[in-house]
Amino acid sequence: MFSSKLARLPGRRLQLLDRSARRFQSTSGEPPSASGHSPSVANSSYLRTTRESALHTPGLQWVDEDNNNVAGRETRKMNLYQAVRDAMSFALTKDDTAVVFGEDVAFGGVFRCTMGLAEEFGRERVFNTPLCEQGIAGFGVGLASMGHTAIAEIQFADYIFPAFDQIVNEAAKHRYRSGGKYNVGSLTFRCPTMSVGHGALYHSQSPEGYFLGASGLKLVIPRSPIQAKGLLLASIRDPNPVIFMEPKILYRSAVEQVPIDDFHIPLGKAEHLTRGDDVTVLTWGTPVYTCETALHMLANPPESIAQHIPASVRKAKVELIDLRTILPWDVETIEESVRRTGRLVIVHEASRTGGVGGEIAAEIQKRCFLKLNAPVKRVTGWDTPVAMAFEKFFIPDALRVVDAIVETLTY
Amino acid sequence: MASLARLRPRLPRRLPIGLRSLQTSADTTTLADDAHHSKPFTVKLHEDSFRSYRTDSPSLEVEVTKEELLGMYKTMTTMRRMEMACDALYKQKLIRGFCHLAIGQEAVSVGLEAGITPDDKVITAYRCHPFAVLRGGSIKGVVAELLGRQGGMSHGKGGSMHIFTHSFFGGNGIVGAQVPLGAGIAFAQKYLEKPLATYAMYGDGASNQGQVFEAFNMAKLWDLPCVFVCENNKYGMGTSAERSSSNTEYFTRGDKIPGIQANGMDIIAVKQAVQYTRDWVTSGKGPILLEFVTYRYGGHSMSDPGTTYRTREEIQRMRSTQDPIRGLARYIEEWGLASEEDLKKYDKEAKIEVDQAVEEAKASPFPVEKDLWTDIYYAGTQPSFMRGREREEVHYY
Repeated sequence: MFSSKLARLPGRRLQLLDRSARRFQSTSGEPPSASGHSPSVANSSYLRTTRESALHTPGLQWVDEDNNNVAGRETRKMNLYQAVRDAMSFALTKDDTAVVFGEDVAFGGVFRCTMGLAEEFGRERVFNTPLCEQGIAGFGVGLASMGHTAIAEIQFADYIFPAFDQIVNEAAKHRYRSGGKYNVGSLTFRCPTMSVGHGALYHSQSPEGYFLGASGLKLVIPRSPIQAKGLLLASIRDPNPVIFMEPKILYRSAVEQVPIDDFHIPLGKAEHLTRGDDVTVLTWGTPVYTCETALHMLANPPESIAQHIPASVRKAKVELIDLRTILPWDVETIEESVRRTGRLVIVHEASRTGGVGGEIAAEIQKRCFLKLNAPVKRVTGWDTPVAMAFEKFFIPDALRVVDAIVETLTY
Repeated sequence: MASLARLRPRLPRRLPIGLRSLQTSADTTTLADDAHHSKPFTVKLHEDSFRSYRTDSPSLEVEVTKEELLGMYKTMTTMRRMEMACDALYKQKLIRGFCHLAIGQEAVSVGLEAGITPDDKVITAYRCHPFAVLRGGSIKGVVAELLGRQGGMSHGKGGSMHIFTHSFFGGNGIVGAQVPLGAGIAFAQKYLEKPLATYAMYGDGASNQGQVFEAFNMAKLWDLPCVFVCENNKYGMGTSAERSSSNTEYFTRGDKIPGIQANGMDIIAVKQAVQYTRDWVTSGKGPILLEFVTYRYGGHSMSDPGTTYRTREEIQRMRSTQDPIRGLARYIEEWGLASEEDLKKYDKEAKIEVDQAVEEAKASPFPVEKDLWTDIYYAGTQPSFMRGREREEVHYY
């Protein structure tokens, strides 16, 4: 695959492009060549690419009077960053107190999520901040405590750590520590998260686990443009502070027909992507597509790995669930599923120790102890920093997911 | 480093030639015309009551009324009584946890309140009890909060540093964390085109926090109507300002933001500085820094006796020569506004008021168990359950 691509390039430029070509390859986020015939984000069956399927997205709630009527509604092809922008545009249009701020957002932001918002809504409402995450977060808490809808962008989830105190100690606790007198429910932090293939230590982390102990806060990670728009609008309007982490590799690669009207997808609800009774696979964000690939590999293993996939597991009915809201997480849905399947595999990009998977595994094994046929399995990043050269080995790939499913099914 | 720090006090304090230092006496204001019982009269502050940076100093001539000065006296006395009551309750182990008292710094809170309107906004750090009362709260509400009772201003769920009113955005337990919040509050007021000021307060210790400078920068960048108030009581916990700050002239630390340094022990100077800064920010000139040089008599918190890093003599000297309440009492007596007996009567009334509030607070019931689970998420949007203190304690909503 690699060499055939290079072969098409003029010979004299070969050497020059060799390096960048390598890097380009490493950004694809695809598992090793064994998955060559498997679906990727570009042709995932979980993406709703027709108007009809988009308008019938499960759980979608229209935010207008005509809330049950699908007829006459339109969709538009959008990638994830355009869907995020669309959501913010609704928030700014319908709510005069809404403001969008962050580093470089007036110019569209590094991932173009705020393209044209400053021109459309004015620079008083969509403005750049200095490069100071702690200050941005504190500023947002103050603004939201005045009742304003504050939509703050932290340029990368990796940069959220300077703001950690403000988020955990101020935003999350504001309602409680004032005995309900004040709240910052209208505050939303958006930040790009997860790996991008070459982001390395400071641009590919998944810090969602750090926020698990912050009661009062919600944390949401969408997997697709429709999900992003609906969940972001619901997050902005949710009466609690929300961190909204957008998987950055999906900004351009995930494309759907997105309903152009205002709609919500409810927070706190996981979604079944496939139904099955043999094993539950739980994930969120980018790894949804890795899992999809893994399910294909399990059912139709390529020759190179076929010997490792017993025939008995190839017909397994896998229940794939997208958690969507990480805090508070939808324990009922997961419990119901695991009670049926007796097996749970959790996939996330963050490191295992202290990751969200540990919390879910502990709660599920407590609730479903006598129903479990195998220990809860976690497929996660390693307990190392995300090193650039090793990023594709750090991130759980389809092979590791398949391996975990096989191990769990054959326990 | 340690040896350097020991050397430091021996080095001569370098002040620019010709620059006079601020004086912090509480009783150096004089009458400019005859005192009057029913109409405003003018007094003149000591010429070293203010210093300024990138702006003019407030006028030294201040118009006051008898009613106002007596009101200030009563309020300062009541606030001190309240803090003393908290001290006693703490020592009786009725108040537990963290508690920071503002005894000695009354001129700042009461003077600030005198210079602003009810709709201006105030946010401060952990030494917050007087502000909470003055901004629309009650003594009972504060004491009950410290006692952890239902009648507390945050229903007993916050405690000492977590008290709010409609215009007071709380104390705050994280050093410096309230300062960028102040910038956000000021932004909201500017956005709504309200001619109101936000007073974001912090101490000399917090002034070295990074986010304080982040907030300064944003406020100046966007010209927010925010007054950043450094309540310089000379010690950040147990470290003196000179040992913690390369520049102890806190009013000059805003870079392009102008600043005023004011005598924080003379309440008339405090009020004058507050009005000057309020006019500044509400007239669209952007933020301004305001440093009050003041002094706390007690330790940083209840666990700090306050005498390991400063001498007892120093505290005694401040108490006896620069006390803001005694200073104001002297004006009132010397200017013939009230007699010593009248003031004693006010003292007695303050004690009665506080004692009564303490009794009411003590009578307030402890929070019921179910309140442990409320106000975490907006009602109706919470997760289906929350784990409690022990294995079997799980609350289902």
